[in-house]
Amino acid sequence: MKRVLITLFFFVLLIIIWAGLTGDLAAIGLDISLWSPYVLPPPSTVGHYLWDNTVNGKIPLSMLITLRRLLIGYIIGLVLGVPLGMLAARFRCINDTLGMLALGLQALPSVCWVPLACIWFGQTEAALLFVVIMGTLWSVLLSTQNGMKNVPPIYARAARTMGSSPLHTLIFVTLPASAPFVVSGMKQGWAFAWRSLMAAEIYVSVVSGFGIGQYLHYGRELQRMYQVIGIMFIIIAVGLLADKILFSPIESWLHRRWGTDKE
Amino acid sequence: MTQEKLHQEIHNFPTAKLSIEHVCKDFVTSRGTVRALDNVSLTINEGEFVCFVGPSGCGKSTLLNIIAGLEKPDSGMALIDGTPITGPGRDRMVMFQEHALFPWLDVIGNVMFGLKQKPNLTDKERLEVAKYYLYLVKMDRFAHANIHELSGGMRQRVALARSLAPNPKILLMDEPFSALDAMTRERLYGDIQDVWEKRRKTIVFVTHNVREAVCLGSRVVLFSPHPGRVREEFPVYLARPRNINNHDLADLSQSITSALKGYTASESD
Repeated sequence: MKRVLITLFFFVLLIIIWAGLTGDLAAIGLDISLWSPYVLPPPSTVGHYLWDNTVNGKIPLSMLITLRRLLIGYIIGLVLGVPLGMLAARFRCINDTLGMLALGLQALPSVCWVPLACIWFGQTEAALLFVVIMGTLWSVLLSTQNGMKNVPPIYARAARTMGSSPLHTLIFVTLPASAPFVVSGMKQGWAFAWRSLMAAEIYVSVVSGFGIGQYLHYGRELQRMYQVIGIMFIIIAVGLLADKILFSPIESWLHRRWGTDKE
Repeated sequence: MTQEKLHQEIHNFPTAKLSIEHVCKDFVTSRGTVRALDNVSLTINEGEFVCFVGPSGCGKSTLLNIIAGLEKPDSGMALIDGTPITGPGRDRMVMFQEHALFPWLDVIGNVMFGLKQKPNLTDKERLEVAKYYLYLVKMDRFAHANIHELSGGMRQRVALARSLAPNPKILLMDEPFSALDAMTRERLYGDIQDVWEKRRKTIVFVTHNVREAVCLGSRVVLFSPHPGRVREEFPVYLARPRNINNHDLADLSQSITSALKGYTASESD
């Protein structure tokens, strides 16, 4: 409880400093406006922007569009990445070829795919999906491979003596045994997917839907810094919520089962 | 009806005779070829509790793996009731030195793992069977515990229940107690003898501890290294349940130990 209060206090303090330096606290005599509102708008303007556009449905709609792209791209990345990672862990020739490719492309920030994606797919949904998949696939592939390689061989031996076929062993022993690695890879893949989608949406304007990243882009074009900052808050919130809702329950279950709890 | 089937499943003790015939096995290492087993022949009777003893490198674990079907002999063969062993099978269960329990399953889930591969049982019956074996190894109170919450001794008890649950004919144990402290080990000596008395499985138990072998086995088979061979066999006629601190038991282990020392001394000459 005390730790929650400290965290809360810290963030409230940050907002008060921000408000104080941008003229929001003029009512109590703190009339300092260090920057023009076109450079750093006060929190009240950002708050108004967020409230109005949530109520009139614009932000929820663009969130829906963005999350749909994110989910589709992420799921395709997982569906490709996990089996390919399993193959790379199992067969040396796949490890030496696809594994090396993954290692190389993993080092490439996925925003670097945007120029190519624009040429290949034009200003379309496909271009955005491609960038998200490139962001997800390699990290999921590599962590799945790493997870499978780290499974103690004794588990598979024990399973074989209990009558497990090779396929049964793969699905019911090697895969669950590598779950902690695979889940942290999925989490990393999610973070990469989110980052690459934002980058892609800033660069690629698609007629099929106006995503969060595109609001950020037009905020800059139209000199609306309150919009830019407001959308940045939303991007942070989505990232945090996904972590808490999607991954925290799975991770805490794994920690409890494996006994890797820290506290 | 179900009750009767369950009763049958639990109170039917299949067992088997093992024959090892002229088994040879080489291992190729970076420093050359090592002969792990050199023309080893051995017969283990139905319901017999045999202990393999010897220094490291004598091939005792290799022979156990061959019986388990995890490794193949270079020549010769291992047979169960006259049928050659070609791979792992449900009629032989293995207990490893490390517990090898699956951390993503709870205790009962682990015991169920082998049972799930056994046909002709419903899931409900499997659960009943798993519970019975947990009770047999005195772990029934911990059915839903996570593996990491158990002590080393408790983990090996669960591993024992897991290998007993599919009702194998033969139980293969590869130094299962070597990582445990002395107190826990002594208690498990009692438990394993108790289980053997109740279930009468054929048990092959590998250890480098002579006292342990004499305490548990009806027969102690002594191996010598480089190349791995069977050197001598000692029947153990002491009354059960045996206590490892028993005087006669200590005397017998003493004489086996000196036999063992004899080989290792002549090796180094």
